[in-house]
Amino acid sequence: MSEITDPAPLFRPRARPLLGEVGRRRLEGFLIPLIALLAGLALFGVFIAANGKSPAEFYQLVYRGGFGTWFSLQNTMTRAAPLLLTALCVALPAQLGLVVIGGEGAFVLGGLAAAVVGPLFGFAPGSLAILMMALAGLCAGGLWIGLVGAMRHYRGINETISSLLMAYIAIALMNHFVEGPLKDPASLNKPSTVPLPDDMRVGEIPGMDVHWGFFVGIVACLAAGFVLSRTTFGFAARIAGGNARAAAVQGLPVGRLILAFTAAAGAAAGLAGMIQVAAVQGSANASLAAGYGYTGILIAFLARQNPIAIIPMALLIGGIDAAGGFIQRRMDLPDATVLVLQGILFVSILVSETLSGRLLPSRNAKAGGAS
Amino acid sequence: MNEDLGLWAVPIAVLGGMLRVSTPFLFVSLGECVTEKSGRINLGLEGTLVFGAMAGYGGSYLTGNPWAGVLLAGIAGTLFGLLHAALCSLPRVNDIAVGIALMILGSGLAFFFGKPLIQPAAPMLPGLSLGGWSDVPQLRSALEVSPLLLIGVVIAVFLLFVFKRTRIGLILRMVGDSADAARAMGYPIIPVRITATAFGGFMAGIAGAYLSLYYPGSWNENISSGQGLIAVALVIFARWNPLACLGAALIFGGAGALGPALQSVGVTSGYYLFYAAPYILTLAILFATSSPRRALEGAPRELSITK
Amino acid sequence: MLPMNRRRFLATTAALSAAPLLGRVSPAFAASLTAGFVYVGPRDDYGYNQSHAEGAAAIRDMAGLTIIEEENVAESDAVVKTMESMIQLDGAGLIFPTSFGYYNPFVVDTAKAYEDVQFRHCGGLWTDKDPKNAGSYFGYIGTAQYICGIIAGHMTKSKRLGFVAAKPIPQVLLNINAYTLGARSVDPEITTQVIFTGDWAMPVKEAEAVNALVDQGADVLTCHVDSPKVFVQTAAGRGAYVTGYHTSQAPLAPEKYLTGAEWHWATVYKMFAEKALAGEELPNFVRGGLAEDFVKISDYGPAVTEEAKKQADAVKAEVMKGGFAVIKGPLKDNKGNDVVAAGNEYPETAIELESMDYLVEGVIGSTS
Repeated sequence: MSEITDPAPLFRPRARPLLGEVGRRRLEGFLIPLIALLAGLALFGVFIAANGKSPAEFYQLVYRGGFGTWFSLQNTMTRAAPLLLTALCVALPAQLGLVVIGGEGAFVLGGLAAAVVGPLFGFAPGSLAILMMALAGLCAGGLWIGLVGAMRHYRGINETISSLLMAYIAIALMNHFVEGPLKDPASLNKPSTVPLPDDMRVGEIPGMDVHWGFFVGIVACLAAGFVLSRTTFGFAARIAGGNARAAAVQGLPVGRLILAFTAAAGAAAGLAGMIQVAAVQGSANASLAAGYGYTGILIAFLARQNPIAIIPMALLIGGIDAAGGFIQRRMDLPDATVLVLQGILFVSILVSETLSGRLLPSRNAKAGGAS
Repeated sequence: MNEDLGLWAVPIAVLGGMLRVSTPFLFVSLGECVTEKSGRINLGLEGTLVFGAMAGYGGSYLTGNPWAGVLLAGIAGTLFGLLHAALCSLPRVNDIAVGIALMILGSGLAFFFGKPLIQPAAPMLPGLSLGGWSDVPQLRSALEVSPLLLIGVVIAVFLLFVFKRTRIGLILRMVGDSADAARAMGYPIIPVRITATAFGGFMAGIAGAYLSLYYPGSWNENISSGQGLIAVALVIFARWNPLACLGAALIFGGAGALGPALQSVGVTSGYYLFYAAPYILTLAILFATSSPRRALEGAPRELSITK
Repeated sequence: MLPMNRRRFLATTAALSAAPLLGRVSPAFAASLTAGFVYVGPRDDYGYNQSHAEGAAAIRDMAGLTIIEEENVAESDAVVKTMESMIQLDGAGLIFPTSFGYYNPFVVDTAKAYEDVQFRHCGGLWTDKDPKNAGSYFGYIGTAQYICGIIAGHMTKSKRLGFVAAKPIPQVLLNINAYTLGARSVDPEITTQVIFTGDWAMPVKEAEAVNALVDQGADVLTCHVDSPKVFVQTAAGRGAYVTGYHTSQAPLAPEKYLTGAEWHWATVYKMFAEKALAGEELPNFVRGGLAEDFVKISDYGPAVTEEAKKQADAVKAEVMKGGFAVIKGPLKDNKGNDVVAAGNEYPETAIELESMDYLVEGVIGSTS
């Protein structure tokens, strides 16, 4: 696959093209989203200008509030941390052509499971308890979205719809337990589970004001990228994602792939929930349902479902979020401004898909078509 | 005054809830039903509904006429539908993804422009009293319905007729079932889909206006609790049959009224679980009626979500 | 001026006298000050967030003071980052995070990290174990609800009141109990039916709850949700009387609005800002009620009878003298248990009330 070079220099009067076919596609895969982002930013600039504000000031504030200082950058990384994992919850099933939008459910249940399991290991060293909490989060999330995959495979229930319904149910369950059977009586006006002891809390990366969840998220994205591009498992998934029927004919275990990918997706979101509890909140409560699962959808699509590309996109959205409050305070724009910007970026990235294969047209249509 | 109905209060409350809460579900699901029949799915109707709620409230406030607000909401919804349709007509652009993007954009724009509309009070849509025959005040109040609900019922019946009996319905179904066959017959695929998606947007806009101008009748950023998204699920639940959409919307609305009604007669614990009843019910019915072997009955075969 | 629980007051002053003067509000910096307000929802919600935004607006023009505000900030590490951003990028020296869920761990941790910035949180329970540059303030709105309950008790014909509430947390339970006790001081046969919606902003459920309550015969209703707009409009539309909450909703239902329990945060914010600008110490634990003008009662609506006004005004006068107790023994909860023994009483300043976990006799509903 990577050995294809331009086969037709002999018959062309011009010199060898600068790029081979693979290079051309790689460059395009990089250029198209970049152009789309810039176009989206420009379009949003027009929107801001039409509302009588200065786009230049806006983007300057985004830079300062999200990226320009060490504080801003750490703010951005902290906000990106849960999004890396919840975006994986969308991007993994997407390899099989599935659209899972209920990562929020796996996130809150992962957090709840961690808050329940942690105190059970009060006798053990904190690191073991953290490990068990992580396992609990992985399992709770994995089972929840795995169930979505199972319903898809065994009953033919559409995963988009079922994952959405399951997210509502998961949030209701979390609220029920946190405010009922699992409520810590001392939590008073913010009903929560019993707070985790200090040695069960996930701390910050040394030298930074960013918790370890960011590191975990980056590693998870890199690992997912590796599995998808370098293993037979990932290869099988891409075949099945291209055409499930053909994959089944070739003897690929489509059902097992669906179960594995949805469970892994849910596990990622569940782990994010566990980290939210262990690193940020210290207990499970209604604040878990803050929409991280839904923002993950946006990031996965912005990254065109590529796990590696999730990293810059999560940082971009995290940075815009981080700057959002600053913009609210400085420019007197409503907080929804950030939502408009996200929507416009999302639309422009999607529309840019239509350029793929057309931005840098292949010099040899046959080679392009065959690869 | 009101007499004590005891446990009878629950069915009456559920009936009232059905009639009050179901209208947005009905409108969005009917619109989406048409869109999906043409082979496209628009998950962005949630954003359209929120924008419609804002536009409807603003229109009513500025003109003093709530029906002008409804119209404005419908127009705004149509524009969102057209945007979705136009974007999805570009090659390689995924309709589900565009839907999610428009959900964010629609809500964002609605909140952005809706800030100054939170405070003012706009004129509300009037209700129709269908319960004059009863001397039970609770029943009379439950039967106080919006004209929009009745219009929705008429649209449901009309759509059923269009799908089954008219040439337009035939073309719509053909475009949704097999683009190749439709192309071979010389039907304009993209214009049909654009029209169908625009209609879906129009209906979602009206659904939003119902929320802000009738029930609960207020504009704020929390006005929708996912009605637009759930309604998309209800279409699948209703197997692309407009009358079944009506039934699904009524069941969902009634199930939503169950939580408060049970608390009002003293069933007070576990209310989060009662509030989740509509979602559990929808999932359970989907589960019971699905099968991995046969395609969903009535499903448009071009629809990405059922492929 | 500011009544505090005595034990707490002593602890506070002791701690403060031991501490060095605090950085950004020390006299050297006091000529100018940036104060940041953080809201959990939209600041024009006709409710809780608006009441704080009105308080902020009341001190906006104070010389030397700059106000910065951020709305829709979630109760997660988002609020930490918002506060840090206000400190780092806007140079805020005094921060008011106004939602209960911000306090622990978020405000406490941020206060530890920024010792020279002052944090005053609304609704939290500051103790001397918490950082000295943090603190909490709140208003005794339960007493105001008691007076609203008296009005409701006079105005109900069915002897049934309705209460739409978000979650059964102590603040909400106290309001429900106070309202019920106020009504039952007029007529002990009155009951209050509660419906919990499960969250702070659920317009459709709030409207459904109102309908369910009116169907059950309730003819005077009140609520404890973030934005009472939908509640007031729906209840008035059903022909029931309403008493409001957070701010005055009288413009939404001029005929049906009887009165309401309102916050008046301007008093608190003015006090903090003046002290900070003058370089004085800020108190750590601040509470106040009707007498201190932290809370107020909406003007009576046209429907309120003279008799109702008379009794409400009489009780209000009593409250203004101080020491008035709504919660006093003998008191049973709605399961028949004795919760306050005869002879005991808890005036509004009693710290025990901030961890209330029962509903009094006469309330139909449960705490879980």
